[in-house]
Amino acid sequence: MKPSVIPGFGLTLGYTLAYLSLIVLIPVIALFLKAATTPLDKIIQIATSRRTLAALEVSFGSSLLAAVVNVVFGVIIAWVLVRYKFWGRRLLDAIVDLPFALPTAVAGIALSSLYAPKGWIGSLFAPAGALNEWIAAQTWLPFGLSEFQLSWKIAYTPTGIVIALIFIGLPFVVRTVQPVLEEFEQELEEAAATLGANRWQTITRVMLPRLTPAILTGFALAFARAVGEYGSVIFIAGNLPNVSEIAPLLIVIKLEEFDQAGASVIAGIMLLIAFAMLLVINLIQAWSRRRYGNV
Amino acid sequence: MEIRVQDIRKEFSRYPALNDVSLDIRSGELIALLGPSGSGKTTLLRLIAGLETPTAGRIFFGDEDASSKSVQERNVGFVFQAYALFRNMNVLENIMFGLKVRPRATRPPAAEIRRRALELLDLVQLSGLDKRFPQQLSGGQRQRVALARALAIEPRVLLLDEPFGALDAMVRKELRKWLREIHDRTGHTTVFVTHDQEEALELADRLVVMSQGKIEQVGTPDEVYDTPSNPFVFGFIGESSALPVTVENRELWVGGRAIGLPAPHDATGDARLFFRPHDVELVEDGAALAGVVAAARRVGGTRRVELEIGGYPDRIEIDLPFDHPAGEKTRIAFRPKRWRLFEGKTGQ
Repeated sequence: MKPSVIPGFGLTLGYTLAYLSLIVLIPVIALFLKAATTPLDKIIQIATSRRTLAALEVSFGSSLLAAVVNVVFGVIIAWVLVRYKFWGRRLLDAIVDLPFALPTAVAGIALSSLYAPKGWIGSLFAPAGALNEWIAAQTWLPFGLSEFQLSWKIAYTPTGIVIALIFIGLPFVVRTVQPVLEEFEQELEEAAATLGANRWQTITRVMLPRLTPAILTGFALAFARAVGEYGSVIFIAGNLPNVSEIAPLLIVIKLEEFDQAGASVIAGIMLLIAFAMLLVINLIQAWSRRRYGNV
Repeated sequence: MEIRVQDIRKEFSRYPALNDVSLDIRSGELIALLGPSGSGKTTLLRLIAGLETPTAGRIFFGDEDASSKSVQERNVGFVFQAYALFRNMNVLENIMFGLKVRPRATRPPAAEIRRRALELLDLVQLSGLDKRFPQQLSGGQRQRVALARALAIEPRVLLLDEPFGALDAMVRKELRKWLREIHDRTGHTTVFVTHDQEEALELADRLVVMSQGKIEQVGTPDEVYDTPSNPFVFGFIGESSALPVTVENRELWVGGRAIGLPAPHDATGDARLFFRPHDVELVEDGAALAGVVAAARRVGGTRRVELEIGGYPDRIEIDLPFDHPAGEKTRIAFRPKRWRLFEGKTGQ
């Protein structure tokens, strides 16, 4: 290490290591130590119990789905905010951050009352809801399509979980893609146009590859946040064991039953899976950075 | 492909960038749009490409009215100052892009696209670098790739926007020569924008000198340099010195003294005399311009001196042989060998 213009490398590195250990490393290690005090056959038994597997599946499955949805719509929102100047743009820009600022319990209660079978949106999709009435009225439809009845219960099902996770994960994709899009050189689009590429080809072959690393970052952040989310989900999930119970809730339940070992085993598994997935995302990101240039 | 620009006007939020500009570009020529920044030269180039739409006026490609055609339909090759290469593609993919995005009906087979791209890579002297990414190339190499990419679509016209502006002087000189060779070999009608008059004079068949959204003069480098049509062109192209004079009795007068130059016409009044610093002769006696040396500096093979001419606030520059003994306060008398007179106090 050559002496740099700004001194203090030793001090700042030491501080960083101590701080990270205190805040992140020590708690994580403690968690694994706690889990390790449980005998192995017990660990396997907890880990492979039906309820744990279902909770993990709900947690990671709905987080993945929510993150994917957030990528699609987050990129569109970022695009609109960067590319068009319209009245109220700044307000819209500020609204994107609301899911960050809102206490997650508040979001959970608001969402669950909206999407409950009697709520504004939930009632639309209820068996006797407005949407079904409208479909039934379309008697001109062929093949008896008007008799099709939609019954989609949103709140108190995994669908509700996904909606809550979409809500809290939205800002991540928007805020990571936005600055990259802002820096995107207009000349590249113009170059593509002079070469004969249409709008769609320009977006898919020139723009999206440049945005890929940022999109992946946003995806990883939204996904990680969703996996750890607790507050907003428990209100809308219904928390039916094996159906709509998320892993963090299961941990809380175990703790309330004074089953510390069970709680730390599930927590350890969650940590490992989350870590593995983030590692994979990071590898893809590193690859795309090499492939598509530094962004 | 010949290009006709007809009474084009372009306004950006009511501020006019181009004022009723008309220009005929001949098929196969290499023509330079030259002017200071803000003169509208880049706007004119972008209008020809279709990257901007004119407020009024029309643009013809041959006999065909291209004004309402989209960029894609115009089939122009455009080279940007900052290269605008696609960073997610390697050199070969960049060059193939224009052919690959064509609709299936007009797209050549993949092998043919590849063959053509490699051929172009050879033309721009970058064979062997096809797998590199733009970030791994030098500025000059990137601009060659950009040119190959533009040529790949067999454009009807090649448009270059300050193509060498971001490169250092050595590379610029080399690429200049090379662009001329490529042009002579491929015969594309080529329009390029530059603010570097040396580049324009050296490279172009014809120059279009622009200022403040208007075309000041169109002509070959010789015409523009030797017979500038107005004071702006005289001042902008090449070195020039200007001096207010009075015309009387078919002679030019400075500060009440005749300077030994005949007036080209009978009119009497104020005018401005323009000449090139190197186009002067020193005189021992007779009527001449006389000044006192205020500063002298060596410029290449000559010595450039600044003269103070009686009562005139701005200094006048002339070139002397480098071994001329003139020092400060020396009095020098000279006459321009070639000069032009523009009427009026400002020479308009």
